[in-house]
Amino acid sequence: MPGSSQPLLDVSGLTVRLDVGGTKQAVLNDVSLVVRPGEALGLVGESGSGKSMTARAIDRLLPRGAVVEGSIRFDDNEVSALTGPPLRRFRSQVAMIFQDPRAHVNPVRRIGDFMTEALRTNLGVASDDAHERAAQMLAQVGIDHGEKRLRQYPHELSGGMLQRVMIASALLTKPRLLLADEPTTALDVTTQAEVMAILDELRRDFGLAMLFITHDLELAAAICDRTAVMYAGRIVEYRDSALLHSDPLHPYTAALAAARPDIDRTAHRLLAIPGRPLSAFEAPAGECAFAARCPHARDECRTGVPGLIELDGGATRCVRAVELRGQLGVSRHG
Amino acid sequence: MTTAVALPVLTAPRGRVLGRLKATGPAGLISATVIGLALIAAVFGPLLAPHDPNLPNLSLSFVGPTSGHLLGFDYVGRDVLSRLLVGAQSSLLGPLVVVAISITLGAVLAVTAAWRQGTFDTVVSAGLDILFAFPGILLAVLATAVFGPGLTAASLALSVAYMPYVARVLRGAALRERSQPYVAALEVQGASAPAICLRHLIPNLSPLIVAQATVTFGYAMVDLAAISFLGLGVQPPTANWGVMISENQTGIAQGYPLPALAASVCIVVVVVAINILGERLFEQA
Amino acid sequence: MRLRFFGRRLAMLLASLLVASFVIFAAMYLAPGNPVAALSGGRPLPPSSLRILEARYHLNDPFLTQYWYWLRNALHGNLGVSILLRENVSTLIASRMWTTAGLVLYAALIIVVLGIGLGIVAGLRPGKLDTSALVITAVSAAIPAFVAAIALILVFAVKLGWFPALGNGTDLVSNIKHFTLPAIALAISSLGIVARVTRASVREESGREHVQTAISRGIPTRQLIRRHILRNAAIPITTISGITIASLIAVAAVVETAFSLNGLGAYLVQAAGSKDLAVVQGISLVLVLAFVVVNVLVDVMYAVLDPRVSLGSRAQ
Repeated sequence: MPGSSQPLLDVSGLTVRLDVGGTKQAVLNDVSLVVRPGEALGLVGESGSGKSMTARAIDRLLPRGAVVEGSIRFDDNEVSALTGPPLRRFRSQVAMIFQDPRAHVNPVRRIGDFMTEALRTNLGVASDDAHERAAQMLAQVGIDHGEKRLRQYPHELSGGMLQRVMIASALLTKPRLLLADEPTTALDVTTQAEVMAILDELRRDFGLAMLFITHDLELAAAICDRTAVMYAGRIVEYRDSALLHSDPLHPYTAALAAARPDIDRTAHRLLAIPGRPLSAFEAPAGECAFAARCPHARDECRTGVPGLIELDGGATRCVRAVELRGQLGVSRHG
Repeated sequence: MTTAVALPVLTAPRGRVLGRLKATGPAGLISATVIGLALIAAVFGPLLAPHDPNLPNLSLSFVGPTSGHLLGFDYVGRDVLSRLLVGAQSSLLGPLVVVAISITLGAVLAVTAAWRQGTFDTVVSAGLDILFAFPGILLAVLATAVFGPGLTAASLALSVAYMPYVARVLRGAALRERSQPYVAALEVQGASAPAICLRHLIPNLSPLIVAQATVTFGYAMVDLAAISFLGLGVQPPTANWGVMISENQTGIAQGYPLPALAASVCIVVVVVAINILGERLFEQA
Repeated sequence: MRLRFFGRRLAMLLASLLVASFVIFAAMYLAPGNPVAALSGGRPLPPSSLRILEARYHLNDPFLTQYWYWLRNALHGNLGVSILLRENVSTLIASRMWTTAGLVLYAALIIVVLGIGLGIVAGLRPGKLDTSALVITAVSAAIPAFVAAIALILVFAVKLGWFPALGNGTDLVSNIKHFTLPAIALAISSLGIVARVTRASVREESGREHVQTAISRGIPTRQLIRRHILRNAAIPITTISGITIASLIAVAAVVETAFSLNGLGAYLVQAAGSKDLAVVQGISLVLVLAFVVVNVLVDVMYAVLDPRVSLGSRAQ
């Protein structure tokens, strides 16, 4: 169970503006989240919601010309403005796992080189020692014949295997926080399940904190203690994962949960949310960004951007949250 | 249930050429203008020349610019400007021939190989790969050694040497085009292979073909000017920009660089214009 | 995997060499008149000379047999006799070979150092340097070697007197002086292309996702550039440099002529002009061989640099 109450990652008021079509537009608006040591926080949203951008902002991987406001604190140190050696030290404590492993691994270098590069460069580990550790870690992620694999090139491995290599590499430097950006989206369903199982198990074994980004609400709820839901560049709900389906606090979360086809239920038609998901800069100003698509919208939803209201151990950005309490859950049986 | 298949626009709408030209931007338009002027000189050179380009007058050798003779006289006293204007013809005609032959042959080979695929394609591709061993200038020199100096032998040799490059570029595009759904639709409707290739495939490849033709023209111009510079191409006293450079090279050391430089500038300006236009056309293709 | 690629490429290049040698040989028959007329360049020859030619080239044997004899002789270094100078073609070639080799290598050095160097700098730093580099390379790519030659002679030899205008040098130092302007003339138009491709490749690699992975691990910038950007960009850069340098072999003829250098290319042109067919054939063979060898080297480098390489020709 997550231990100390001192947060490992503390993001507060994060606003990011990027160059979109010539002008700087907001892609993240006032995002705040907290990850405690050893805890897994899910970050769920559709495309354009800003979830990947959040992870990139935290790891300082934003494109040139990005304007960042707000604070990102790691282990009680402000990291949003770091450069040089302190930035590298921060980066060696945070490991990112990317979505498309084949694009994110250098194709002309061997697997062993890829896996041990951070160890050799940042931690000064000798090459032989580093390769040995890499081989052992490969075994932990379920890849046999580690020494042989280390000598191979990325194009000789399948996508699923490559993602496991990526996970193994991330764990080698003993980071304290994992940023997993849709690590299984690019894989086929069977492989997805395997890789997710490995990721979950190892994370717990090593006691790592994790920010798990996905568009799949169920997946996040399955392996994360708490889940945050993003829409149009803002966080719209925080909830303990266990309560996310049965008692969501925000209509968007409820709609997401309802839209997923369930093998136990028969439905006449797929429930889809009308309209399309908006990016932060497409959202109408001065009102709730979801109002146009929300079945529960009323006049008060358009009077201003809703603030985060704490409720029932979670938080929600819905002005009608107290009213709608308990009514948003999807009944699972019948 | 019937499904309507939307076919791409297969006939070139009027004004498409001008439209594409306009789309190349200011740089492209300026380049096209320069090339146009050169072509005008090539066609009307003899009419535009103010003086007789072939009349030597040794007492005027290397005399500088005077009134009526804007660029002065060359090494045997002929008017440089007139020679440049008349020389445009042989300087541009050779490359045109090279382009015509290499593009036609290359396109035919490429489209046929892309259409038939299988063994035919493998054989053709292997054959083309083998032909790459001969650099253009080398083949041209060999040809002139065998057939005697002149534009014909050199141009034909260059056409043969360029054809593999053209064919390779076009084959890739033709393969992609061939796998488009409209081709299958036409085949199912009973259209014959030549009909599909001539009336649909090739017109759709035409932007790429035009771009490749432009670039090839540039290469041919440089190579043929080099051959003429070497004395193996156009023979004196015929006016030709490449020949003019070698003829007047002695003037440089003697302090009369203008004739050689003027011819050089003509070549470089046209080649730069062609490179720019070619690049823009490739971006569109 | 890579061995198969390399083996196949080598086979293709050997086939190219064979076809080229066949074309060079067959030139004798393509000329108007009979082969003897072609070999003699139309000069009248005494019957004794004619008999020698017939014997040496086996002119009474079937065509392919003749080709076989000619090829076998060539492989043993016997390239015939110059009809003009009555000397062995191989001797004539050997004395001039190093001029051409030196010139091409010097130009290649300039292309690699300046072209790739400029391309890397422009690729890594967007900004004013980059735009000016683009303009310079666009212009230089359009300057043919012979135009560059006379411009360089005019400015640096005649006006400034820094370098000699014509001819070979006598020892190493004077050779370097004599070869500098020709090497620059030879390198100029290739410089532009190599610089542009280098810049584009470096740009492209810098934007790739695997570079993001390395950044996210805190790899220092210098190492990042070296191991992940330049190492990957080296593949297309090597290919274009190799192809460009191979093309220098042919264009050297033009530069040698312009600068009155005593090299194979200039001699080839003279022989073509004076219809000394045996010399033309011999030099053509040597130049094509050099061209093919450079291409083989490029393929080797490509296979070394890119582990993904499989069957077929290198990706262009």
